[in-house]
Amino acid sequence: MNRLLKSRELWLALAILAVIALVTWRFPRFAQPSNLLTIFNDTSILMMLALGQMAVILTRSIDLSVASNLALTGMLVALTNAAFPFIPVPLLIAGCVVVGAGLGAFNGLLVWKLNIPPIVVTLGTLTIFRGLAFVASGGTWVNAAQMSQDFIQLQRGTLLGLPVLSWFAIVVAALVYLLMTRTPWGRAFYAIGVNPVAAVYTGINVGRTKFLAFVLSGALSGLAGYLYVSKYVIASTESAGGYELTVVAACVIGGVSIAGGIGTVGGAILGALFLGVVNNALPVIGVSPFWQMAISGLAILLAVVLNATSERSKGRIILKKAEVAA
Amino acid sequence: MTDMTATGRRLPDRLDNPIKSAVMSWESLLVLVALGIFIANSFASPYFLNEWSLSDLTFNFTEKGLIALAMALVIITGEIDLSVASIIALASTLMGLALQYGADTPTLVAVGVGVGVLCGAFNGFLVTGLKLPSIVVTIGTMSLFRGIAFIILGDQSFKGYPKDFSWFGQGYVVWVISFELVLFLVAAMVFYVLLHHTNFGRRVFAIGNNATAARFSGVRVDRIKFVLFCLTGLMSGIAAVLLTARLGSTRPSIAEGFELDVVTMVVLGGVSILGGAGSIIGVVLAALIIGLVTFGLGLLNVPGIVMTIFTGTLLIVVIALPILWKMFKERRA
Repeated sequence: MNRLLKSRELWLALAILAVIALVTWRFPRFAQPSNLLTIFNDTSILMMLALGQMAVILTRSIDLSVASNLALTGMLVALTNAAFPFIPVPLLIAGCVVVGAGLGAFNGLLVWKLNIPPIVVTLGTLTIFRGLAFVASGGTWVNAAQMSQDFIQLQRGTLLGLPVLSWFAIVVAALVYLLMTRTPWGRAFYAIGVNPVAAVYTGINVGRTKFLAFVLSGALSGLAGYLYVSKYVIASTESAGGYELTVVAACVIGGVSIAGGIGTVGGAILGALFLGVVNNALPVIGVSPFWQMAISGLAILLAVVLNATSERSKGRIILKKAEVAA
Repeated sequence: MTDMTATGRRLPDRLDNPIKSAVMSWESLLVLVALGIFIANSFASPYFLNEWSLSDLTFNFTEKGLIALAMALVIITGEIDLSVASIIALASTLMGLALQYGADTPTLVAVGVGVGVLCGAFNGFLVTGLKLPSIVVTIGTMSLFRGIAFIILGDQSFKGYPKDFSWFGQGYVVWVISFELVLFLVAAMVFYVLLHHTNFGRRVFAIGNNATAARFSGVRVDRIKFVLFCLTGLMSGIAAVLLTARLGSTRPSIAEGFELDVVTMVVLGGVSILGGAGSIIGVVLAALIIGLVTFGLGLLNVPGIVMTIFTGTLLIVVIALPILWKMFKERRA
């Protein structure tokens, strides 16, 4: 019970419920299930990116290139679809994941083989990927008229009452959850974040683990590239501009420690949902969109303050849990 | 995020072999890169080798370069400030607001610089007072500061700055040498002395190499970090004055994306992102290189976003080259 009360996910879930309750108090239609599902659907892409980012941050790295990766793969898939509308969409999606993973692997290789700090590598590729998106398209947009109907409609269809886009997020979350909690890879992400030196002595290849985290983050960014472009039915060089920091913010709000080693799938999802709910609530209560940036800034600062106060006693969480169990 | 444990520190060999190490230094690599780009530029465009054209070139890096000087110190202590561009936006917006109440030029400058210092102090307080990681704090204040600018301005803009105010961004001291360039060179010298020839500078390096050891040897780590955040705030405020004066208007989207350019300059200048190493000369050279690249590509009508491919590649290649070279030599030995 005590552990439950201290759990960050619980408090974050309560905070989200509180925001929903406050808005619903004034605007009863906000809490309608259909609206809540819309919010979840709108946040799906952010959630997937946050899950990939979490894996990277766990290993004491950071991936600032996610939004540029999204813009580049989104542009490439939209151009491909416009030029060859007969290629089946599932194949295109698979292509996006592969291209995104390839871009992530480029980041990962530079970090692994050349030992360049991740923030420098991804700062470079942030600009390179977005520039390449411009080169690929020649600076033009790909708009709805150029995309095939299958391409646009696939993620809009519903399955068991939920849009396919939401299902993408749910499946990705489930897979990342399994990866993090049930596989040696997941344990390796946490281990090198908590103590890289100790991880080396237990036989974990730190460089390769970081590489894998970047590949995962890249693959999810690539997938998000297709989803973003088909959701907003436009592929431009500016797609998801500046989004990389929103993704990092979602992780931080979700309790992922920027120092590595601490963070959960549930936390990252709730962090993204929190930003989604706040962003959806602001226009409803009549706050001008210009306030949005300042409010999300405040939310980030508040979350870091909370993180820092709760993390201080958490030096060896894994052992503490073991003590409780024993 | 900084990976302290995985990398060992090695002692510099400049004491053993000063001439060899000067020739093989990061700065000489940067000089070579700069010369190469300069020569390429002069062949690529007939308009490049012209005193006014070269003078225009300096506007490409002076504002960002001023911030990079202070950012170098922050990064040497192992922290980072991603909010600098948003500080420019907020300072510029409040200058515009002061203008609506009829502020004269000295007041405008005071507002710009003052807002910069206050924003920096706020960052510094969050990082040192509440012991929060600077990368997250400044991602937060980055949204916060620019958000406030958006709240005040919406989609409007402030115009009508006085003539003598625009001199800060458009004026020339002598012939083609602009006020911005002179200010940048003076600031570079001040920061050079501050970092390399004062006790304060030695403490900055000490914190970056080992903050705990520095604390135990009597360095007031938090106070120095706080001062450094105020300093980046101050330089951002000054950059806000210059940029606003040069553009003659304020929009909330002013200086968008500057923070990444500034960090690129610092890292390209040889400052270790893990802290503890770097030089002001390197940062000045890196600022010049970025200016040369963007200006040269601009003369060739390369769109801004394509330029970013070059700056990004330059960043990665220049950092990767010495590492690859070392691996190559070790393999042969």
